[in-house]
Amino acid sequence: MNDTSVIQTRGLTKYFGRQPAVYELNLEVPRGCVFAFLGRNGSGKTTTIRMLMGLAQPTRGTGTIFGCNIEALTPEIRARIGYLTEEHQLYGWMNVTESGAFQAEFFPRWNDRIFRGIAGHFGLKPTAKVKDLSRGERAGLCLALTLAPEPELLMLDDPGLGLDPVARRSLVESMIFLTRKSDRTIFFSSHHLSDVERVADYIAVLDRSVLRACCPLEKFQESVQQVRMQFSGAPPVLPKIPGLLQAVRTENELRVTCAHYNGQTESILRSLSPLTMETVPLGLEEAFISYLGERGEKTFILSELEAQP
Amino acid sequence: MSLAFNIHPGANTPIYRQITDQVRLAVTTGKLAVGDQLPSVRALAEELVVNPNTVARAYADLMREGLLESRAGRGVFITPKRKVFSRAEGWRRLEPLLDTLIGEAMTLDFTREELREALEKKLTQWKQPKGGEQ
Repeated sequence: MNDTSVIQTRGLTKYFGRQPAVYELNLEVPRGCVFAFLGRNGSGKTTTIRMLMGLAQPTRGTGTIFGCNIEALTPEIRARIGYLTEEHQLYGWMNVTESGAFQAEFFPRWNDRIFRGIAGHFGLKPTAKVKDLSRGERAGLCLALTLAPEPELLMLDDPGLGLDPVARRSLVESMIFLTRKSDRTIFFSSHHLSDVERVADYIAVLDRSVLRACCPLEKFQESVQQVRMQFSGAPPVLPKIPGLLQAVRTENELRVTCAHYNGQTESILRSLSPLTMETVPLGLEEAFISYLGERGEKTFILSELEAQP
Repeated sequence: MSLAFNIHPGANTPIYRQITDQVRLAVTTGKLAVGDQLPSVRALAEELVVNPNTVARAYADLMREGLLESRAGRGVFITPKRKVFSRAEGWRRLEPLLDTLIGEAMTLDFTREELREALEKKLTQWKQPKGGEQ
């Protein structure tokens, strides 16, 4: 066991019927990092988080949080974790202050300054009734409730879901605020890649239940490259390229997107003897889409549409 | 002097490179001079709303290049000696920018002569950076 890892899983697998929701997941989350858990809808992110929190039983495989088996998390370990679900469970009849006071009863270590600070950051009035709050305000209240006990590990299941850009910025700022203490770890899932790019040190990409990448953010960005090649006529047939994600051909251009781009990939592409060849780094969002989008060679979608009668 | 950073997540350049590029540019254009202080890692991270490790990485890169130095307990400063890149590395970085410039100029129907004149004129406008070699 590596004690610099806060979360560790080995072959963690969960089946619903015959369908694997999470398959053979090996995850390692270093202490003190901001870890973004990415993947399309239904790729198994929430199921993974629920297994880590001991709320869903793995079909096989193991996992630990702070070195403790996830199937037997003790109250002491749980008290060190702040868990924010997708659903934002709250009591509608309470107001903001009452929600805080109620939650505080469950936590020996409750920092009311943090609670009020985060709530204020989201523009919440202390006397506002929970049932009257907007989606963004509810998210803010839940975040305040989750952060006030000063958890060492923060598990956020899609905290940005349904938030407007202003509320999302407040969320990101709150996450950055939390990194003030260097031993705090944040594990969050999200579809907002610009936010991920701002806050994350590490990313893991889940693709249809299987972990496809788990590395520092910049490494992911740097390993996915697009090469644009121009030809005098129609581009030649593409040879087999390791790590090929996508190839798009137009009249005399071929755009190839590869993972793990290296010298070998480059020499294969050069052997096609294009007129020009240009390597374009991709932004996180573009890299992510080519990583998880449909693989293989295709023509530009619009020209396909035009071709139809 | 303070530098107004412009950070764009979603761009093709990773955020730490956007920061290093902007500091380098500010130094070459004289917006930042030798001895100027940069914000602390924490302060800049909160100002730009990015992960502090990203800022730390950008600063570390700039320190390795000899553009920045950290003075214990006081902060991060632009250093006097600015031997940043080898000549070869400098050319390697300049080439693609020249290609972009010339490509754009040709597309916009500027003549070679016009481009040369424009470049000369620009060069006289730009301040000679202090403490530079050559």
